[in-house]
Amino acid sequence: MSDSTILTPQDIIERGELVFKKTALLTDNIMSYCPGCGHGVAHRITMEVLEEMGIGDQTIGVAPVGCSVLAYEFMNIDMQQAAHGRAPAVATGIKRVYPDKYVFTYQGDGDLAAIGTAETIHACNRGENIVIIFINNGIYGMTGGQMAPTTLPGMKSSTSPFGRDVQMMGHPLKITEMIAQLPGVVYVTRQAVHKPALVNRAKKAIRKGFEIQKEKKGLAFIEIVSNCNSGWKMTPVNSNIWLEENMLPFFPLGDIKG
Amino acid sequence: MEEIKLMKGNEAIAEALIRAGADAYFGYPITPQSEILEYLMTEEPYKRTGMVVLQAESEIAAINMVYGAGACGKKVMTSSSSPGISLKQEGISYIAGSEIPCLIVNVVRGGPGLGTIQPSQSDYFQSVKGGGHGDYRLIVLAPASVQEMADFVQLSFDMAFKYRNPVLILSDGLIGQMMEKVILPPQQERLTDEEVEKRYGSWATVGKKAGRERNIITSLELKSERQEKHNHKLQAKYREIEKNEVRFEKINCENADYLLVAFGSSARICQKTIQLGKAKGINIGLIRPITLWPFPSEEINKAADKVKGILTVEMNAGQMVEDVRLAVNGKRKVEHFGRYGGMIPSPDEVLTALEQKLIGG
Repeated sequence: MSDSTILTPQDIIERGELVFKKTALLTDNIMSYCPGCGHGVAHRITMEVLEEMGIGDQTIGVAPVGCSVLAYEFMNIDMQQAAHGRAPAVATGIKRVYPDKYVFTYQGDGDLAAIGTAETIHACNRGENIVIIFINNGIYGMTGGQMAPTTLPGMKSSTSPFGRDVQMMGHPLKITEMIAQLPGVVYVTRQAVHKPALVNRAKKAIRKGFEIQKEKKGLAFIEIVSNCNSGWKMTPVNSNIWLEENMLPFFPLGDIKG
Repeated sequence: MEEIKLMKGNEAIAEALIRAGADAYFGYPITPQSEILEYLMTEEPYKRTGMVVLQAESEIAAINMVYGAGACGKKVMTSSSSPGISLKQEGISYIAGSEIPCLIVNVVRGGPGLGTIQPSQSDYFQSVKGGGHGDYRLIVLAPASVQEMADFVQLSFDMAFKYRNPVLILSDGLIGQMMEKVILPPQQERLTDEEVEKRYGSWATVGKKAGRERNIITSLELKSERQEKHNHKLQAKYREIEKNEVRFEKINCENADYLLVAFGSSARICQKTIQLGKAKGINIGLIRPITLWPFPSEEINKAADKVKGILTVEMNAGQMVEDVRLAVNGKRKVEHFGRYGGMIPSPDEVLTALEQKLIGG
């Protein structure tokens, strides 16, 4: 084999140059997310945590309605798809009959903080021993960029075309801070995945969440502030800059509880 | 061990649920069915059999808890009354689309809206024609006694798992609240995951074991061709249920001149009407549909040939009468008599209605 040959993945592996391997807990299906979107990274680190803990065969995931409605196409574990907002109730049903298995929901902001507010708060308040992964990108991605409960004041969307007017449309909901008040919730954190160091930190937070579940301590709530370059009408790079400059001041990163 | 007790219908269904080896109950209080959750919380089946009982924050949450636990292959029930059942319709549609076995109990009260807490049969359409969105069917059982409240629990789970389809018990505030003698079935063991898989196949989300594809519970199919295929599969299942599961009771139908068709509480009242008719020389028969879907259309069609006229008796403004008319297909006069808004027809009112509407004067 000469050096001028185009290398196949197998060639690279044989040369010992493999630096990254996809976890077996992700399928080979092509992800439906837009290029530049944070969902793919969030999926990957969640599945890596399950693999590293060796609990993929004991875990049942719940996909929401939203961009990650098809999460079960990409996560190679047993999964259920829940009605819009109802994932925490569905997860409650699973966990109550399987207290020794691992259960998580993966939900967006519209699902978790608008239509599913009651299910979210009450599952948290009961201290269901589950992990909730909450992807907050401040917009309804799947339906085409409408205003979400976490859309920032003045932020444009297809249903707030002149910017979110808080007098007319209400304020963005800091549901993560609300949830931190509930005694059943033992760990609440806000993370991001748009930079490598932040990805590592977010993965550690997810790991901590599943360790809490393993120890049957209560509910772990992990928010990931993410971008939506398509919904925000930006290039992926610009969306990450916008996220840093606008989303993070309103939704500051770090542990809120536990 | 079998046991004979005097119980309310709501209590009987709760006790029968524990004895059926159920894994979980999720509910929310609403009159006239709150005794179900109260009885379960008092009996503490989590100590007796390991069965889960949980009061949810809403009927919506309760039905979605049923979705989650049912999709693990567990025997799960929720119950409510009319306004609460309306709230559950989204979840019921998802459960039907995802083919999750479960039991839903509706102890019906009068509507529309908040209506009344008194008994009614006005949720017939909602139960047998859909209720939620999309083309789907529930298997609907209509108990007419406290005994049937108990008996239909295991029957419901048998059908729910056989067909991977939700089953609805359509009761009402009368059957739920009244006390009767009931023979309770012996306690069954709860099934293990392995037993469920052996009996019903490997479809549930129990954790993906090495060597099998992941199990996915979903009602979503973005490709129309595949969604149509899924609908074809559901429809084929419904045809199979129609073939196998029609249940009804016939009372005094031999040589009857007039036929009553009534379900649940109304059928109990009609039994007395038959006696009153006999005393006046009017020979009346009764067909009581036990399954409201699948509906005993064939039997009603056959019976129509032998009588002069048919009267449906319902605690509603005329719902099942439409299915009876479809079954009879115009060959006999089919009339309706109903009381509603929580009012219950008396046996002599029914006889008077039969005389006026079918005999004339």
